[in-house]
Amino acid sequence: MNGFKLNRRKFLGMSAAAGSGLILSGCDQFDFLGQRDNQVRAVLEQANVLTYQVQRKLIGEQTLAREYSPSEIRQGQRPNGSTNPSTAEYAALRAADFANYRLTIKGMVEQEMSFSLAELRNMPARSQITRHDCVEGWSCIAKWTGTRLGAILDMARVKPEARFCVYHCYDNIQTSLAGDILYYESSDLVDAYHPQTILAYGLNDQTLPVANGAPIRVRIERALGYKQPKYVHTIELVDDLSPFGQGKGGYWPDNGYDWYGGI
Amino acid sequence: MTEQTGQKGKGPLIYRQSIWTRVTHWVWAICLFFLLLSGLQIFNAHPALYVGQQSGFEFDNAVLEIGAVNTDAGARGQTTIFGRTFDTTGVLGMSGSAERPQFTAFPGAVTIPSYRDLATGRVVHFFFGWVFVFTMFIWFLASFINGHIRRDIVPLGADIKGVPQDVANHARLRFHHGRSYGPLQKLSYFAVFFILFPLIVLTGLTMSPGMNSIAPFLLDVFGGRQTARTIHFVVMLLLVGFFIVHIVMVLAAGPFNELRSMITGWYRASPGTPASQGDKP
Repeated sequence: MNGFKLNRRKFLGMSAAAGSGLILSGCDQFDFLGQRDNQVRAVLEQANVLTYQVQRKLIGEQTLAREYSPSEIRQGQRPNGSTNPSTAEYAALRAADFANYRLTIKGMVEQEMSFSLAELRNMPARSQITRHDCVEGWSCIAKWTGTRLGAILDMARVKPEARFCVYHCYDNIQTSLAGDILYYESSDLVDAYHPQTILAYGLNDQTLPVANGAPIRVRIERALGYKQPKYVHTIELVDDLSPFGQGKGGYWPDNGYDWYGGI
Repeated sequence: MTEQTGQKGKGPLIYRQSIWTRVTHWVWAICLFFLLLSGLQIFNAHPALYVGQQSGFEFDNAVLEIGAVNTDAGARGQTTIFGRTFDTTGVLGMSGSAERPQFTAFPGAVTIPSYRDLATGRVVHFFFGWVFVFTMFIWFLASFINGHIRRDIVPLGADIKGVPQDVANHARLRFHHGRSYGPLQKLSYFAVFFILFPLIVLTGLTMSPGMNSIAPFLLDVFGGRQTARTIHFVVMLLLVGFFIVHIVMVLAAGPFNELRSMITGWYRASPGTPASQGDKP
């Protein structure tokens, strides 16, 4: 009836050829995309810039991340990344139960400021039960308590030319031949002033544990876990991220991850 | 021009696929290839799927876990689905040669890059995700205007009635090459364009914490971020299944004719197909 007479052997042979072609295709022809300075990769990375710009246009500056009910806290907050920094500076602070800890606000501000942990705890607090999404794919719901970063930035009076907050941390996320590589992250001022962006000192109604970033961890709730720097000691207002680390705005962005981290 | 009513000889060469259909087809093919392989790379960063908002570390809401375990007989790859554990050494959880075993959920042969690199997997995935969605937009617009959706995709009453006969014909590998698609073709393309494609995009967006703030209803529609991730994975499997059947059907129905129609637009219809204006002999 139809023009194509199916020969079973030919049919099976062609199917097998197509199948093996599919398996072989994956291998390692595309490993060059893993090279961080590859030109093709640079083109593909522009999609992350597009994502950032579209999400910023689409999503209101004040739009909140979902907050959950207490019954949805079903487990402890899973620690990841650094869980016990080994730098001498941090060890000394920790030994004194962070009595000597100071959070410094510096850079493009009218007034550089610093706060003790007690001062931060005595400021108006905000608690929120939110979902922490790790870039690896897992999620965990926990209650975070802290001081709104926006209120602190207002006290220091951010200069109009400032565009980013850089969060400097105590933890040595990586040790290289040149010495410790310390964790750092950054955000734009939209995320810094967001109503849910807090300098968290409490987790699930307890003092923030070392594994989760004691004494202070930044929560930026509309972004992935690597945008929530732990063990923060200094917040620097800048108009350019290139002088820090490898210049991509954070430890993980320096390692090839997207800077925005909202997807 | 003679009207071909006989069962012998060649049917007419008809212009079957518009330029919009052809271009979007191949762009999608490339996108889905990269999305699949980079998606498996991303999955390997945390090779477990859950139901609900969060991932149970201190409780169990996992529906799938892939990993490697140490046994008396050495390391083995293991896959647990709905609490039932299977040994998947060589494919899932552990692959590669005995001398150089690779402990990733999906083997390097089906991930981009072939080694563990979540950052690059994400770069590739989001680039092709954007291209995929943009192409979807173009396809829906063009296919709505040129009638492709109405003519070839949306199954009508007659198509539904014709399903049993079409199943019987497919089982005998007996195909009718008509001007428009057959009942099973319509049903499968309808499922892909109107169910699977929107689902995989929306579940993908539901995993974005940024999107969650502007569209929190997506979290409710899909039953939580981790459920959305699970659905994203299941839809991936369904699309892979569609791809395999698609290729088998192309091979069975005549790969030359099928490929020609998706490259040039021209398709050799079955003998007896009523002639229409614009046909070539």
